[in-house]
Amino acid sequence: MSDSLHDAIQAEIAKYPDRRSAILAALRLAQAKYRWLSPEAFEEVSRCIDLPVAQCVAVASFYDMYFLEPVGEHVVEVCTNVSCALVGAADVVAAFEMELGCSLGSTSADGKVTLRPVECLGGCGWGPVVSIDHRYHEHFTADDVKPVVAGLRTSEGGH
Amino acid sequence: MQGPTFAAPRADAILLDFEGERRALAQYEAAGGWAQAKAATGRAFDEIVQELKDSGLRGRGGAGFPTGLKVSFIGKGDRFLVINADESEPGTFKDRELILRNPHALLEGCVILCNAIGAKATYIFIRGEYATEAEVLNAAIEESYAKGYLGKPLSGTSNAVDIYVHRGAGAYICGEETALLSALNGFRGQPTAKPPFPAVSGAWKSPTLLNNVETVATVPYILAMGAQTYQALRTEQTTGTRLMSLSGNVQRPGNYELPVTATYRDLIDGCGGGVAGGRTMKAFIPGGSSAPILMPDMLDTQIAVETTAAAGSMAGSGAVIVIDTRTCMVQFALRVADFYRHESCGKCTPCREGTRWMVELLKRVEAGEATMDEIDLLVELCDRIEGKCLCPLGDACAMPVRSYLKHFRAEFEAHIDAPACPAGPASPFGALYPSLRRTLPVVPA
Ligand SMILES: Cc1cc2nc3c(=O)[nH]c(=O)nc-3n(C[C@H](O)[C@H](O)[C@H](O)COP(=O)(O)O)c2cc1C
Ligand code: SF4
Ligand code: FES
Repeated sequence: MSDSLHDAIQAEIAKYPDRRSAILAALRLAQAKYRWLSPEAFEEVSRCIDLPVAQCVAVASFYDMYFLEPVGEHVVEVCTNVSCALVGAADVVAAFEMELGCSLGSTSADGKVTLRPVECLGGCGWGPVVSIDHRYHEHFTADDVKPVVAGLRTSEGGH
Repeated sequence: MQGPTFAAPRADAILLDFEGERRALAQYEAAGGWAQAKAATGRAFDEIVQELKDSGLRGRGGAGFPTGLKVSFIGKGDRFLVINADESEPGTFKDRELILRNPHALLEGCVILCNAIGAKATYIFIRGEYATEAEVLNAAIEESYAKGYLGKPLSGTSNAVDIYVHRGAGAYICGEETALLSALNGFRGQPTAKPPFPAVSGAWKSPTLLNNVETVATVPYILAMGAQTYQALRTEQTTGTRLMSLSGNVQRPGNYELPVTATYRDLIDGCGGGVAGGRTMKAFIPGGSSAPILMPDMLDTQIAVETTAAAGSMAGSGAVIVIDTRTCMVQFALRVADFYRHESCGKCTPCREGTRWMVELLKRVEAGEATMDEIDLLVELCDRIEGKCLCPLGDACAMPVRSYLKHFRAEFEAHIDAPACPAGPASPFGALYPSLRRTLPVVPA
């Protein structure tokens, strides 16, 4: 089972003059497998890419997209930067908080969905923008929240 | 809820002069695609550099550096081309539309530049959140390999070009060129001191040409029409067309490709249909959230680099944000400052500490807890950040905040001793703060 992650990381390493450059891809692949970057995930990345665990953690902790703590089966990210805020991101945040029963930056009690704020996603003219399991949804309104959350509650983890 | 919506092409568009998406290689070829890469193989480095210089093309990533001059600086050795597709400046979403709609123009531009400088590989550094866009690029790359445009030399050259997509992982600072290269090299994405410049020591310590998506995608079109024709559309120091990202309180937001002679009024009123809901404009931001804010009396400014600078701001990434009169500028300032606080890489003190203090002070002003002195302290803080940081991110926080203080000082002062924000619940940022406040930092006194 580990071998498929190992092979995928080796394929990434082959793209670069220096294997170290594959660290971002390796961390992404490991997170896809373990859902978050657990100590076990770091061990595996370290082994595959031949970098000390400390170096892998140093890189991972710099970026927003790696989860250094466990997260829900699904991750809902709401852009709260200026363009989205100007067109109603606050209503979308409030609707998610209400529907999930948890506040921004936390996970619903059933462990299904983590709700977090993110900075500009690059969809500013099509806001509010919400990214669900790393896929964008533009022109998102508070009315979309109920059906989206219902769908997430009944489906297997996907990020 | 729906996907991105694309504006109809305008008559003078160059890069996006068609409806919908042109993702298939055959579509791009039918529109004349790849003819320039083939034709350019017979041309020497100096000739391509001269053509780019004559075109007047300036970088579209934010700094507006002349592209031909940048290409001419490339050092000797094994060279690389790196494309900046990190697009994270708040308000900016044009490279994304370009990738979704015209990915092959970027690839052809890469091959032209690689062959000119003798680089064997291009790395497209795309922000990690752009998962769909990375897939679109990978599909376009795969098709180009199958057709023989990549992986083996075009006729007339012995240089074979490979193109790889390198995905980031969520960090605005990776858009800054030296930070991007640190990240590509497998380190934390922190900027490094210049010199050495990327042209001498960049990707894997090799000479590296680093350009924005839009800049490189424009290259085939310049070669097709000729530098003279391209530069005929010009202001004094800027040429051609620009993809302008229009967002905020505007009737028809979206990306619009405009000649650099157009004005912000042409964009906001002409293309965008004016302020949404018949409301009144309070101010607008011309070049992404780093750019100083401009008042409506500056709407007749041309979108070019030097004209926007003369108006007291910067053309930056071409991201125009319209703000109507409901917005409280203290809340707006806090949101902008907190973005830069969050994105500061922490390497140098004025930026790391200054952005935190700025957020802390703005939080106090917004909550009605600050004294009048603290407004002056905010201005002083801007002085202590601007021009004192290793990379431009510190300035990118101080410059806009200073501009809000300059134009809207009365609004800041109205918060002193006020029981609640004077703008009331109408301000779209007000409702965000109860949720966001928890994520703001607490600076010990
Ligand atoms: C904090 C910061 C963020 C930046 N972000 C981007 C970006 O997302 N995309 C981009 O192309 N350039 C960005 N730039 C500008 C790049 O450093 C660089 O000037 C540009 O990519 C060069 O390409 P060009 O000459 O084609 O514009 C940023 C600069 C700074 C200081
Ligand atoms: S200015 Fe800020 S982002 Fe730039 S190097 Fe210094 S701390 Fe890092
Ligand atoms: S501000 Fe929300 S996507 Fe840019």
